[in-house]
Amino acid sequence: MSALPGNLAFDEYGRPFIILRDQDKEKRLTGTDALKSHIMAGRTIATTLRSSLGPKGLDKMMVSSDGDVTVTNDGATILKLMDVDHEIAKLMVQLSQSQDDEIGDGTTGVVVMAGALLEQAETLLDKGIHPIRIADGFEMAAQCAIKRLEQIADHFPIDLNNLEPLIQTAMTTLGSKIVNKCHRQMAEIAVNAVMAVADLEKRDVNFELIKLEGKVGGRLEDTMLVRGVIVDKDFSHPQMPKELKDVKLAILTCPFEPPKPKTKHKLDVTSVEDYHALRKYEQEKFSEMVQQVKDTGATLAICQWGFDDEANHLLLQRNLPAVRWVGGPEIELIAIATGGRIVPRFEEISADKLGYAGRVKELQFGTTKERMLVIEECRNSKAVTIFIRGGNKMIVEEAKRSLHDALCVIRNLVKDDRVVYGGGAAEIACSIAVAEEANKISSLEQYAFRAFAEALEAVPLALAENSGLSPIETLSEVRSRQVKENNPALGVDCMLKGTCDMKEQHVIETLHSKKQQLVLASQLVKMILKIDDIRSANESEGY
Amino acid sequence: MVSLNPVRILRNEAEEERAETARLSSFVGAIAVGDLVKSTLGPKGMDKILVAHGRSAGQVEITNDGATILKAIGVDNPAAKILVDMSRVQDDEVGDGTTSVTVLAAELLREAEKLIEQKIHPQIIIAGWRRATQIALASLEKASVDNSGDPEKFHEDLLNIARTTLSSKILSQNKEYFANLAVEAVVRLKGSGDLSAIQVIKKLGGCMEDSFLDDGFLLDKKPGLHQPKRIEKARILIANTPMDTDKIKVFGSRVRVDAVSKIAELELAEKEKMKDKVNKIVNHNINVFINRQLIYNYPEQLFADAGVMAIEHADFAGIERLALVTGGEIVSTFDHPEMVKLGHCDLVEEVMIGEDTLLRFGGVPLGEACTVVIRGATQQILDEAERSLHDALCVLAATVRETRTVYGGGCSEMLMANAINDEAARTPGKEAVAMEAFSRALRQLPTAIADNAGYDSAQLVSELRAAHSKGDHTTGLDMEQGVVGCMKDLGITESFVVKRQVLLSASEAAEMILRVDNIIKAAPRRRGPDNRPC
Repeated sequence: MSALPGNLAFDEYGRPFIILRDQDKEKRLTGTDALKSHIMAGRTIATTLRSSLGPKGLDKMMVSSDGDVTVTNDGATILKLMDVDHEIAKLMVQLSQSQDDEIGDGTTGVVVMAGALLEQAETLLDKGIHPIRIADGFEMAAQCAIKRLEQIADHFPIDLNNLEPLIQTAMTTLGSKIVNKCHRQMAEIAVNAVMAVADLEKRDVNFELIKLEGKVGGRLEDTMLVRGVIVDKDFSHPQMPKELKDVKLAILTCPFEPPKPKTKHKLDVTSVEDYHALRKYEQEKFSEMVQQVKDTGATLAICQWGFDDEANHLLLQRNLPAVRWVGGPEIELIAIATGGRIVPRFEEISADKLGYAGRVKELQFGTTKERMLVIEECRNSKAVTIFIRGGNKMIVEEAKRSLHDALCVIRNLVKDDRVVYGGGAAEIACSIAVAEEANKISSLEQYAFRAFAEALEAVPLALAENSGLSPIETLSEVRSRQVKENNPALGVDCMLKGTCDMKEQHVIETLHSKKQQLVLASQLVKMILKIDDIRSANESEGY
Repeated sequence: MVSLNPVRILRNEAEEERAETARLSSFVGAIAVGDLVKSTLGPKGMDKILVAHGRSAGQVEITNDGATILKAIGVDNPAAKILVDMSRVQDDEVGDGTTSVTVLAAELLREAEKLIEQKIHPQIIIAGWRRATQIALASLEKASVDNSGDPEKFHEDLLNIARTTLSSKILSQNKEYFANLAVEAVVRLKGSGDLSAIQVIKKLGGCMEDSFLDDGFLLDKKPGLHQPKRIEKARILIANTPMDTDKIKVFGSRVRVDAVSKIAELELAEKEKMKDKVNKIVNHNINVFINRQLIYNYPEQLFADAGVMAIEHADFAGIERLALVTGGEIVSTFDHPEMVKLGHCDLVEEVMIGEDTLLRFGGVPLGEACTVVIRGATQQILDEAERSLHDALCVLAATVRETRTVYGGGCSEMLMANAINDEAARTPGKEAVAMEAFSRALRQLPTAIADNAGYDSAQLVSELRAAHSKGDHTTGLDMEQGVVGCMKDLGITESFVVKRQVLLSASEAAEMILRVDNIIKAAPRRRGPDNRPC
């Protein structure tokens, strides 16, 4: 009795030894039990995501704790919104999160991969192999798979004059999302956006320069790329002109109000003279502020704060259109785009700190009085905004997420132009290589190697299953053809186009993303396999 | 054994519905919402009573407008929420067709449910639907008529559209009257399509025929005491400025005095300041002063002395509209009279409507704005009449922008359904089944219209279908007679934009719901007990 861990130990008189405080109130799992329970949890998460994989994958509807509905296909978003309680399940959530942060795409794939590895690990545990040996074997197999990936990687030419291959790639990423209704258009938008901000010399893309802005209404086809900035604001006075040309912008972070000293102070009005003086000061201050801005030659004032009715009217009177309450990140974006400097004080404003934009206009939507400002033809044309329209809120949000994924993929291609083929082709190629390698190993790890090879097949299996093909048949056919024809570009034909060659179908994934998937998944599994004891405070009443 | 314990992944109270259960729950929710509003469809559709709860508990609203109904019912089902959201967007975008879009989406899902039962993969259904939408759109575009070249015909088109839209609403008994009214109001906008220039004032009492369109501008306000009630050749200053006590805006200032006499002095100074301000305002050579904010008694008296009509508390929309109409600008500082643009109008006078006095600004230079006064016996009738008129105005404004029209009365739905059916017959593969389902869903709209009017829908719809197959592309349902008739002769016309938006939004939303195979609900947020007194 006392040998069982997790239970209380008793001496020969039947009195318990209390070793840890509140020991009897804690839930504790150890050894194989703990492992099995973890594997269970990990696999459950993976099965949930499995049906979202691939171009024919289905969506999930998430209801938040306040009742808001999100419909999505993006693995990271699903897991983020899932109200997960289990510790290991939380690890899986973080796994897809880190893939999202690092790469931005393949978030579903990495979880499915980890789930498959866990499933294989369970069978190996049943065979009586020690978890650490399994973990080591997986690690070695992952190295082997990555080596194979590098062998089969192709170079993907990036040429500003020929964007076609890039657009094809973007279309692959968007294929699994709801936006594939206007597939080509979205792909072009994504490619053009990245190319506009990309620094091909340094092979870097600054994502801060690409803004995704959504507005419910219209249809997906109305989505457009604006080479400039869109701000969800309107001019401060209804009678200011709705369209400006050759604009010089003054970007202010100080309010059009009498100055406030930072130190605490009191101003006492004790006599009539004081009162008059104060009144005069106030009036002068307002016109002085407007004059200062006007003197620099600015034709538009963008202000982070609000302004008083009086200042507002003075601005109108002096023909100086203004926008108020523009948020911090937007102000920065405007400053970058127009090449202006953010001015924190009226005294510091000068002509060389102004930004320049070719056109600023107000857009109006539908029957409601909603307006947005578009700042176009800026000095620094690098900042772009993708403006998404859609039939309802969920579609706009989902389109935003999908485009973000596509942007990430293209960015990764710009950063590293080596690619592998998608549609499960890379996984099958790795699986073959790992299985071959397995036979050369004389130790226990051979089993782990073989298991890894089988786990790699989970992705093409799920792809085939989601596309309505018979999974095992398809997989075995593709596998044998890969070996026979020695062509690592053969994958699962999800779109039923009649060819398995992913090169022809333009199904491409970046090498970096695939590598990251394998590494992250095997690391997570290794970590889970190493846990043999879990203790948690027993939950509140009722459990 | 411990390992036999179920592993709980989700938080307590969080739920997950999978595959068939998830689909079932979203289908059921969406179809229920569709059925709820279905009975309001068409010229003989019924109304709903909505009883508010919460803050304004017990307030009754009677309406026929899909968006209003859906906004008021609190739905819990996530799929139903998508439909409600969609109908709201339809309301914001084109203003009308909110019921049609919901019914169409729900019918699409009803068809999808049958197909899923036949083990057809959702993605295949979606592929079929997408093709069907393309075909429907193409045929709708082909059938649309553009009369924008001929002003007389276009005016007739507008009248027809207004009549068709109003025929399903409470205003249907006076639809001729209101159609004229709405068209005139929109034509006045001269193509700008800015509905904010049309002001709708509701006044209880009288009957609906007493409603009228005023070419001037009505403001539901009174001038101050002892001020002129009637001004010809008015010069108007529109302002947004505090006219109570002009506070000192310098931060942290306060008044501290050591003797009572000083307070009196300060008070005098304050008064002086206000007097200065009033003088400055009067110096603009005006005889009407309209302020968005409060005007205190003292300045009011000063204005009266100067013979200026002063109006306080005109709300922001009112101020903006007035500025638009009279051509003045909204002013907050008064130091440079020469730089301020004043508004002008020929006559400002008080008029009586029912028991209330309103200010009428007649002979405004920019005739773009106008006011519609709605009269009616009860508040509910007024509200519903306003909504109906708003729908009609929205549709008309949209038509002025996009001048194409299509025929109503189920005509264009049947046209699209037939076009899809023809194409489906030529399409090999499982998508054809989905396309047929799409056309069946489209045919449900005329069916619902006929059902609501109490006619034999099966008979009528089959007659309609036969007529369209023969190539009679203007045939639709005549719900006055209960027969199939030519929509061109009956003048039942709808805006192309509205129809297109209905088709696109409905298929988009239905597709979105169909793609879902898993519903994961988070645990509801715990809220503290509501201790507010109500």
